[in-house]
Amino acid sequence: MTDDVDRNRRHFLTVATAVTGGVGIALASIPFLVSLRPSARAQALGAPVEVPLASLEPGEMVRVIWRGRLVFVLRRSQAMLSNLEQTPPDLLRDPNSEVAEQQHEFAVNPYRSIQPEYLVIEGNCTHLGCAPLPEFQVGPAPDWHGGFFCPCHGSRFDLAGRVYKGVPAPTNLRVPPYRFIQDDVIMIGSEAGAA
Amino acid sequence: MATVEPEVARPQNSFIRWIDDRFPLLETLRYHATEYYASKNFNIWYVFGVLSLVVLVIQLVTGIFLTMNYKPSSTEAFASVEYIMRDVDFGWLIRYMHSTGASFFFIVVYLHMFRAMLYGSYKKPRELLWIIGMLIFLVLMAEAFAGYLLPWGQMSYWGAQVIISLFGAIPFIGDGLVEYIKGDYSISDITLNRFFALHVVLLPLALIGLVFVHIVALHHVGSSNPDGIEIKDYKGADGVPVDGVPFHPYHTSKDLVAIIIFLMIFTGVVFFAPDMGGYFLEHANFEPANTMVTPEHIAPVWYFTPFYAILRAVPNKLWGAILMGAAVFLPLFLPWLDRSRVRSIRYRGWIYRTSLGLFVISFFALGWLGLQPAEGVYVVLARVFSVIYFAFFLLMPYYTTIDKTKPVPERVVYYV
Amino acid sequence: MSRLFVTLIALSLLVPGSHVFAAAGGAEMEPAGNDVGNIASLQRGARNFMNYCAGCHSAKYVRYNSVAKDLGLTEDQVVENLMFNAEKTFETIQASMPLDSAARWFGQPPPDMSLMARARGTDYIFNFLKGFYLDSESPTGVDNLHLGGTSMPHVLWELQGYQRAVFEEPDRQAAEAGAEPVFSHFESVSSGALSPEDYDAFVRDTVNFLEYISEPVRGTRRVMGVWVLMFLTVFLIIANMLKNQIWKDVS
Repeated sequence: MTDDVDRNRRHFLTVATAVTGGVGIALASIPFLVSLRPSARAQALGAPVEVPLASLEPGEMVRVIWRGRLVFVLRRSQAMLSNLEQTPPDLLRDPNSEVAEQQHEFAVNPYRSIQPEYLVIEGNCTHLGCAPLPEFQVGPAPDWHGGFFCPCHGSRFDLAGRVYKGVPAPTNLRVPPYRFIQDDVIMIGSEAGAA
Repeated sequence: MATVEPEVARPQNSFIRWIDDRFPLLETLRYHATEYYASKNFNIWYVFGVLSLVVLVIQLVTGIFLTMNYKPSSTEAFASVEYIMRDVDFGWLIRYMHSTGASFFFIVVYLHMFRAMLYGSYKKPRELLWIIGMLIFLVLMAEAFAGYLLPWGQMSYWGAQVIISLFGAIPFIGDGLVEYIKGDYSISDITLNRFFALHVVLLPLALIGLVFVHIVALHHVGSSNPDGIEIKDYKGADGVPVDGVPFHPYHTSKDLVAIIIFLMIFTGVVFFAPDMGGYFLEHANFEPANTMVTPEHIAPVWYFTPFYAILRAVPNKLWGAILMGAAVFLPLFLPWLDRSRVRSIRYRGWIYRTSLGLFVISFFALGWLGLQPAEGVYVVLARVFSVIYFAFFLLMPYYTTIDKTKPVPERVVYYV
Repeated sequence: MSRLFVTLIALSLLVPGSHVFAAAGGAEMEPAGNDVGNIASLQRGARNFMNYCAGCHSAKYVRYNSVAKDLGLTEDQVVENLMFNAEKTFETIQASMPLDSAARWFGQPPPDMSLMARARGTDYIFNFLKGFYLDSESPTGVDNLHLGGTSMPHVLWELQGYQRAVFEEPDRQAAEAGAEPVFSHFESVSSGALSPEDYDAFVRDTVNFLEYISEPVRGTRRVMGVWVLMFLTVFLIIANMLKNQIWKDVS
């Protein structure tokens, strides 16, 4: 009888010890795993970037780095805007920006931006990450209405960063979070989204 | 060639069976744990081996995570440590565990070595086990020395400067050797980078390899015990030593308790006194290395101070270095210096007990003296205690022979 | 078990009282008497540091936003009251004076303060800031009892005023044997905006802040340590019960 009691007690204590030990190891591993998160310095370096727009001419584009990623800020000219409006939607894979990961709510519109005049887009081809080149002139190909061309594998995007069909890239160029902090200054990386 | 395998129950679990058909899993567990018999009368002195292993694991794990954020360059090293302390989430905890672990490694290893001196654990057939252990000790000292340079604080730099320049005392090759060790004309970024490689790769690998070999050597001859008798001399009808208990579950469960107590002391220090009054994290090391200003008192970290005191006790640079080296190496010869027929201090006479007591006192005294400035009465005391330290070893063949020992029991002494 | 206690006692001998900070200059040091847990004091100390020290001394490992979080200040409060040469709160505390100019003007660059309290001790800094006295032969017009020959001017003279140091000359015999004059006491020459007690409080708050920035995580680690020890105690009890159960049949 005592043998059984002993055996049960021993089994219970073994389980209790193992469970407590397991919990201990799990808790002890938390600091180590958490330490791999972006540190305070990474967060500081990854802080939002201000881009003044006053000196941008229509049709001019600047390149900015935010969190180590390339961001294009393009001031679309009237001609570009009309070219964009004339781009046939059936040439594009995702003309209505339905793939949610590629932009916030504020960019779900034909211009994929807060204000039609300014395009803020990540210069990161959604195929394998090369930086697309600006090709704002219309033609010579009949269905080319200006936009971005990726030299690595030939992906094409329109003047709102929307991806063409028949190219390796699967989705539209990503719109980073940004907002207007003044009429002529944007802050890229700010969580506030729409102005 | 077919051999007759003893009757061993095949494992029920088919997954374990699959592994066991391809890998000596169960055989290893039996040999090293469930059928490794160790004496039932282990006391607290027998816990420091497994605690050394625990500290080794702590150092390896915390070390890996430190390496993820540390920069081994003379311009960035100090700042990267502060980055870890302030900007990396829980970086401070990982750093404190590593710095505390370094000191605890030596506390535990010194106590582990002392157990061997109490119970004659280095005597035949365990001489090789002892030699491997001494090698571990040497590698550990090198590892600690290399690691201490990495924070690139004032004490890091100047401590390394002093110790490396000791090699300059060697005739003929000394100066060239010092330059070779540094990799540069003075301790510099180049030295730091190579010490980083030693501390993070070479020496940990050596340590892990030696610890593995150490445990294999131990299991081959079996553990000793506080009475110093061979439990394998008295086996029951089933071939099991009557005074032995299987390592698992008896010693594993007992060691677990010891490990938890150790962790409580360890975390007590980590969370409440990581500096330990300036002994574990030295004050001068919170200033970045300045090649033009030497701190007032250069002292090595506390665990090196006994040997440092011996170095300074000798008025000659070369002989000081030689005697310091001798002090470190002399314990290696204990299996042959110790002529007693009796292993354990329980059955030795008053001569050995007194000598060992004097040795302990001199070790602590030298440790304390190593932290004091080398002037006046401190120098005299350092010389006195150095003599006692060496006498303990060098006179041992004589006094262990004449020491009147007590009769050794046949079976171990065990109180429930 | 008794051996365990001996070991623990031996370990405790490693923890000295307050010894290991050697007093430079040999003069007696008054304890600073600060309390790192006193948030109001730390806030005043932060203000003092930014207004009087950060002109020359950086605290380059300290971020404004971490000071804000630990001292219970809002971002706006930090920006308005503490940030004079920085724009974003994630920035670190840099000195206003360019380092190379400072090195030229003072002979060496003013040291960074992030870790000074851990390197030299809070008491030392407390006494240092109270230890300036008039010295006509010094380029700054002052010297310091605790760091003779310092190139730091008496930045806080408006608050403390000026004092001179009275030394006791050794008698002839001792002087011939090489004895140096011994510091006796300070005598106030001119008073400052603060009374001596208020000046002490000012300095105390300032070194309190320095102690905090030398290890911002101190409060957190002690709280966490209690939880860890509590867990380990529970674990110890369970593991010990298991061990006793397993060893029951050993005689």
